Amino acid sequence: MKNKAMSAAVVAGAVATAVAGLTASAPAHAQAKEKCYGISLKGQNDCAAGPGTTCAGTSTVDYQGNAWTLVPKGDCVKYGVDGSDFALPDGRKGSLEELDRDLPKA
Amino acid sequence: MGTLGAHYPAFARPLRAGVGLKLEHLPEILTQKDQVGFFEVHAENYMGAGGASHRALDVIRQAYPLSLHGVGLSIGGEGPLDEAHLSRLRDLNQRYEPFLFSDHLAWSTHDTSYFNDLLPVPYNKITLSRVCEHIDRVQEVVGRQMLLENPSTYVAFEQSTIGEIDFLKEIVRKTGCGLLLDVNNVHVSCTNQEWDAEAYLEAFPMQHVGEIHLGGHAPDVDDVGRPLLIDAHDREVDAAVWALFENVIARVGPIPTLVEWDNDIPAWDVLVSEAQAADSILDRAVRAQDLKQVG
Amino acid sequence: MTEPLKNSEFGAALLNAGHQMPAGVIGPDGAPAPKRFNVYRNNVVVSLTEALAATYPTLQKLLGEEYFAALAREYIGKYPPKSPVLIWYGQELADFVESFPPLSTYPYLADVARFEWAWLQAYHAADQVALDPAALAEIAADALADIRFRAHAATHLLTSSWPIYDLLQANRFGACSPEDVDMKSAQSVLITRPDIEVVIKPLRSGGHEFFSALINGETLGLAAGVAMEKSSTFDLSANLSDALESGAFVEIL
Repeated sequence: MKNKAMSAAVVAGAVATAVAGLTASAPAHAQAKEKCYGISLKGQNDCAAGPGTTCAGTSTVDYQGNAWTLVPKGDCVKYGVDGSDFALPDGRKGSLEELDRDLPKA
Repeated sequence: MGTLGAHYPAFARPLRAGVGLKLEHLPEILTQKDQVGFFEVHAENYMGAGGASHRALDVIRQAYPLSLHGVGLSIGGEGPLDEAHLSRLRDLNQRYEPFLFSDHLAWSTHDTSYFNDLLPVPYNKITLSRVCEHIDRVQEVVGRQMLLENPSTYVAFEQSTIGEIDFLKEIVRKTGCGLLLDVNNVHVSCTNQEWDAEAYLEAFPMQHVGEIHLGGHAPDVDDVGRPLLIDAHDREVDAAVWALFENVIARVGPIPTLVEWDNDIPAWDVLVSEAQAADSILDRAVRAQDLKQVG
Repeated sequence: MTEPLKNSEFGAALLNAGHQMPAGVIGPDGAPAPKRFNVYRNNVVVSLTEALAATYPTLQKLLGEEYFAALAREYIGKYPPKSPVLIWYGQELADFVESFPPLSTYPYLADVARFEWAWLQAYHAADQVALDPAALAEIAADALADIRFRAHAATHLLTSSWPIYDLLQANRFGACSPEDVDMKSAQSVLITRPDIEVVIKPLRSGGHEFFSALINGETLGLAAGVAMEKSSTFDLSANLSDALESGAFVEIL
């Protein structure tokens, strides 16, 4: 492994160049926090902290779509990769049915 | 940056309405000061190591009293409490010095699975002693009294042998914990279980209530068409819940009151007007109390 | 007293629509109440689907809401959360997507998910002060090749056979048009968070090898050598600028 290392002189030169370039333009990190403090309304989405817990139930009903038979309909369609067709087991089409609250006894 | 043992202002216990903190409201909260009496956060949403959530909470805590509300302790669970989670709760309490710390009479974890919902507990002697053991452990580790919230329930159990209020009273007697009275939960559960909400509140041990919750619910119907209310926190507080709240406050005096709105989160102004509606009821009680003291 | 109801029974029925509702769950009339029980089932699946969507908004956009919800149901049944801290939920989704046969014609989706996972972990990582570039100027020239760096707690490195940086810029951060993404390019990305805003940086040729070696604690000289071996156009000065400017490191060792 040792022989792979770059020579000390080359490294020193590169460090000098990088540091000189950066200290000329001071890092902008300090400004970043203003957004999340809400000074700028525009920054709201950048402050999305991901998922949170809830102590509420939901009135949104779970549609029991089947990921094995449904076909994605989002923007991934734009990035079709090799043109191979989406294989549906049994040639079925995806279906979307409201969860039937009377059914769980099966 | 908030660190362990940071010293925040020691505000007086707010006899005003507070709201749940949502980071999307931060721009308005920081520019329109003092619109609400306090903020409440879910403990589990501040258990990351650092970053924007903590920075925001630190700023809020410097300017407002804070209430820390847990949703994930699983106090009604069969197994032992998650000790790592308890340590995180203790650390958050030490770090942010909230004036209240609460969780629910519910379970959410079994073995290693966490279900992210407040699941119902059958009320009997076995579950009572388990809940009490868990609360003892929480208060021992966190080092302070906790408040236990009455649940919204959608089902009952054949295995239940004790009424909900007697169950809560026994817990308070055995553990010394306080109670968080969720008036919307009272309305939701009483509708769903066909209990009388006024009678429920009449029997509720009000001297142990340290906080009140209000929130909106969604109407549905059950298997045979009976009304089934869902504790969705996705709209304004219902008129029936305001009426119950007003009666409670007139009877027992002002108590810190939180307006919860967790789904379909509204604009800040809408949330503030809900808090102001609660404030007008609380203010009347504060004035009545003052008059009594003068007289 | 009736045999106590086991949470395991209740829990299993929550996550599996095929499971029978546990015995003893009743309505106010004492009769079994499956629709009431289903309120809990619905709460669990919908709230966890929403949690996954909050962590993986780009994956949701690419698959569409319907498909994402259906995929989430499959995933939640197999990998329920292990902690009430939901920012830690969903780590296995990338591997799950990668090995999910119906999605085999969308092979880039797993790397999109890996990106979004790293982004969220960086967002919530510990607060650390990024290394001041001036600290390097204080080190003797002949010692520079032997220094090592400590990575920031928020620093993550991803390499992909797909244009992962462009896909995220186009579909999550709105920085370019979705049509401008060239699916034939492969990209590597550095994700970190010097203050409170997450920084993402596409890496230059050899950059992945360079950063990877540094994060693993190799010396600057060796990391540069490894990168040079991989890419004849490796530019050490430019890559060092990326490292210092992004705040990926906190300390010289």
